[in-house]
Amino acid sequence: MAKLIQNRRVATDNWLLLKPQGDSLPAVPATGNVIAPLALWRAQREALLARQAEGARTGVWLTDTDGPEALVELLGQDLKRLPLIALNFPKFSNGRNLSTARLLRERHGYSGELRAVGDVQRDQLLGMYRCGIDSFALRDDQDAEDALAAFDELPVAYQASAIQPLPLFRRQPGDAGGARSAEKAS
Amino acid sequence: MYIYDDIDQRVLDQRVEQFRGQVQRFLAGSLGEEEFRGLRLRNGVYIQRHAPMFRTAVPYGLISSQQLRKHAHLARTYDRGYAHFSTRQNIQYNWPKLEDIPTMLAELASVQMHAIQTSGNCIRNITADHFGGVAKDEIVDSFVWCEIIRQWSTFHPEFNWLPRKFKIAVNGAVADRVAVHAHDIGLHAVRDERDEVGFKVVIGGGLGRTPIVGPLIRDFLPWPHLLTYLEAALRVYNRYGRRDNIFKARIKILVKEMGTEKFRNEVEAEWALLKDGPNTLTEAEVKRVESRFTRPTYLTLPEHDAGLAQKLAADTAFRNWHGRNVTPHKVPGYAAVTLSLKKTGVPTGDATAEQMEAMADLADRYSAGEARVSHEQNVILADVRQSDLYEVWQAAKALGFATPNIGLLTNIICCPGGDFCSLANAKSIPVAQAIQERFDDLDYLHDIGEVDLNISGCMNACGHHHVGHIGILGVDKNGEEWYQVEIGGNQGEIRPGVGASLGKVIGPSFARAEVPDVIERLIDCYLARRDSEAERFIEVVRRIGIEPFKESVYGKADPKSPRGNRQLAAA
Repeated sequence: MAKLIQNRRVATDNWLLLKPQGDSLPAVPATGNVIAPLALWRAQREALLARQAEGARTGVWLTDTDGPEALVELLGQDLKRLPLIALNFPKFSNGRNLSTARLLRERHGYSGELRAVGDVQRDQLLGMYRCGIDSFALRDDQDAEDALAAFDELPVAYQASAIQPLPLFRRQPGDAGGARSAEKAS
Repeated sequence: MYIYDDIDQRVLDQRVEQFRGQVQRFLAGSLGEEEFRGLRLRNGVYIQRHAPMFRTAVPYGLISSQQLRKHAHLARTYDRGYAHFSTRQNIQYNWPKLEDIPTMLAELASVQMHAIQTSGNCIRNITADHFGGVAKDEIVDSFVWCEIIRQWSTFHPEFNWLPRKFKIAVNGAVADRVAVHAHDIGLHAVRDERDEVGFKVVIGGGLGRTPIVGPLIRDFLPWPHLLTYLEAALRVYNRYGRRDNIFKARIKILVKEMGTEKFRNEVEAEWALLKDGPNTLTEAEVKRVESRFTRPTYLTLPEHDAGLAQKLAADTAFRNWHGRNVTPHKVPGYAAVTLSLKKTGVPTGDATAEQMEAMADLADRYSAGEARVSHEQNVILADVRQSDLYEVWQAAKALGFATPNIGLLTNIICCPGGDFCSLANAKSIPVAQAIQERFDDLDYLHDIGEVDLNISGCMNACGHHHVGHIGILGVDKNGEEWYQVEIGGNQGEIRPGVGASLGKVIGPSFARAEVPDVIERLIDCYLARRDSEAERFIEVVRRIGIEPFKESVYGKADPKSPRGNRQLAAA
């Protein structure tokens, strides 16, 4: 089991990431929560949508090149019923799915669990979190307890983001994320 | 200067502590080499040939005397007593210790400076025209827009792990002094027929190993939409830019492979969904940023200072310097002075701690305590009273900053090259010095007139050789250092009608010792062919093409044949 951080807490991972076996699609077990690749969803859309019983839920994972549009096109309004979408980061330096995360949250209205999988490590967490990712399957060598500190490293952000609808220049004193004080330039 | 408020300062202080933690984890072994590389680069720390190289940001090139003194202090305390002014309006240290860098950052933060995003595959320091706020041909004060973009791009969560580095430049005047077409995004301020401010948006230009003159993507972007448009462009790049090959990862390759039209459509489609959203700039925010910039209190002075006119008439050396190193100012009675860091015998862009302090003193005494670092690696005092110019000249002369060569052949843009940089194929500094020595006769230099000569030690093109009127590129041939020469490049439309272009290689490369001869032959050809003293080198190349220049360098023989080279070596 991968080390998991969920909503800024160390958590137990009870999801199984299904990986394609060469060219063939992975088989879906009868029970257990699974994260199925997009290709499997394409092949078995209805069956997977129906497979959402307690202890036998189905999520989806996107590679860095799948993009959110393919998923939206496939699932339409059913997207919002997905319990989990995982975004793969093949290398920590590949930020392509950061855009996917923001689009899923801010454009396509997805509010379920959004999980980073792949080369996920401490110093990526804060940026991912601000893009709307709330669950992190950490790389094996990472210390999950230690990684929690990353979320508090840069409390003030200039930009709007998935967790902050307003840029700093539109925030009022008292808004989350801080605001400019009213003092005048000297 | 933009004066930080408590929030700006907190952002900086947080970052210092975050980086201190990262360095500690690396030194303790809990953060791997490769991961740390990605993190340290985002704070300007490279591992170079001799030691870490540390690059501090001088946002849009604007620096206060206090900040200059801080840099001098860092050079003296943590380095070998000098620093290097880069072509990206940054300052670099070549010899610091990694474990000292968090403390250097804390010292910088105490004067509202940092090294945020000075390297790595993220949005880099925004560059601006170095006469921002004072140029006679000003459209907007570029610094205000740069600061707005700086804040938007600082730790932008979505664009911190881009396919490759990303450089944005803002030009606020009619003349293009930032090389708008040589950036990932170049913004050129314009006013429409109703006098509304907006930007021409150029995307996908760049130098490096695939030099491209960036195409115009939008001819007028009204200012409120600046950030939403940038966000759309960056998002298209982050999503579709190549990550499979580092040499094809810049946005210019995406624009080229997609085609300008399709790329434009992608950006516009994304923008349509972001337009008028919360990132739309407000007049209040622009005013707020503007109001946090300190500006000099100008006196009411006559347009031309009578004393200055007398001194100019009486002193030829002063007149020469004034002709090259002084630029007219939008406020009557003032002028902008360029301090040349291109004295023969000194590595281009290097300044000692004492020199930085001397610059700070000059800025305090004569120019409202501010200076600007230009991408041509000089330092500008932008707000000097005309009546002080003679004194400033004398002081600059005593300090070795008064070489009257701004715009001339010896005002060479040059990367650190093989003496310092682990990427370089060849040394560049000794080549610059040899050329400066060859052309040390000032009368001759002034007669030749304006020539941009740029030198890069490798195809990464940090010395911008593609856009020099004459460009020199260090190449490696079987372990030996050779130099390729190109002509006809131009960084941007500084003069109307002579737009940005890339140089063309004139033929086979040369040994280092031959380079000054080659330059001399190019100049001889130019002098023989120009129709008047007003026709600049670049204009002659545009008019007659590169063939006559080739012939004057290689002789009439086919430049591909080795005889061309031999003739030259014998010359």
